[in-house]
Amino acid sequence: MELFVFIVAAGMILGGAVGVITRSHPVHAALSLILTLFGVAVLFVAQNANFLAAVQVIVYAGAIVVLFLFVIMLLGVDRAESLRIDPVKVQRPLAAIVGVGLLAFIGGAIIQGRDTIHKRGAGIDIASATTSHDSNIKQIANDLFSNHVFAFELTSVLLVIAAVGTVLLARRPGRSGAADSSVSAGSPSTTAGATDKAALR
Amino acid sequence: MIAAVAHPTTTWYLLLAAALFTIGVVGVLVRRNPLVLFMCIELMLNAVNLTFVALAKALGDIGGQTTVFFVMVVAAAEVVVGLGIIVSILRKRPQATADDLAELKG
Repeated sequence: MELFVFIVAAGMILGGAVGVITRSHPVHAALSLILTLFGVAVLFVAQNANFLAAVQVIVYAGAIVVLFLFVIMLLGVDRAESLRIDPVKVQRPLAAIVGVGLLAFIGGAIIQGRDTIHKRGAGIDIASATTSHDSNIKQIANDLFSNHVFAFELTSVLLVIAAVGTVLLARRPGRSGAADSSVSAGSPSTTAGATDKAALR
Repeated sequence: MIAAVAHPTTTWYLLLAAALFTIGVVGVLVRRNPLVLFMCIELMLNAVNLTFVALAKALGDIGGQTTVFFVMVVAAAEVVVGLGIIVSILRKRPQATADDLAELKG
């Protein structure tokens, strides 16, 4: 049963990943990405990472891919690019060589080092599937809010910076100039509102 | 008889993650649509997350799953900022590919 789940999920992951890099239409690539993300979520469940599987589905498949699709459709770049022509002649053979080399390198390292993976017992041990149904969340919370509190607080700062930076980046240029003098023009950020007010004075 | 077949060990998960990471690398090298390049970066991030979760189980340490949590947060922030940059570039030049974006000056 476990083997069956692994094979199906691996098929979803690899099929979706190949779809992302071979479909010429960006929307199809985004949908293939969803397939891969769901496969990864299935493997998270198979390894007792229930909380991360839920977060994977909600954040990745629910938010990030939807963001991709919004950008693709709102910008009107949903035209298929031709994959037949190869502008740089040696690019694809070189990429294939790099890919095979990288896979052999990482795979060799994994196979060579597989005997060195042992339980260390240094941290909080992962609950097995037979224990209480919310033990995984409790364990992550214990680790997160005891050993990684500072990093957790820093991520909130990071998210605020990202949100403000994106609003500034995606703002249409020239809005804060002299052309638009009305403050109530729906300025997307507080700084734009401030400059509008400065322009009024 | 079927049940006697080996069940997936940590090595299988790590090899699958390696394959996923390699596909992402090849995608970044081959594709030239900036949005698809971003999706390939997501593929690589997911491969790393899979590695973390597999090793968290194998080593018996919840710290790997906590790290995946942080990777997801940073990936979300990275996607938001990156898509903001792509939107502002594509608004000026709608058919821009990665080849046209050799310089940062707009």
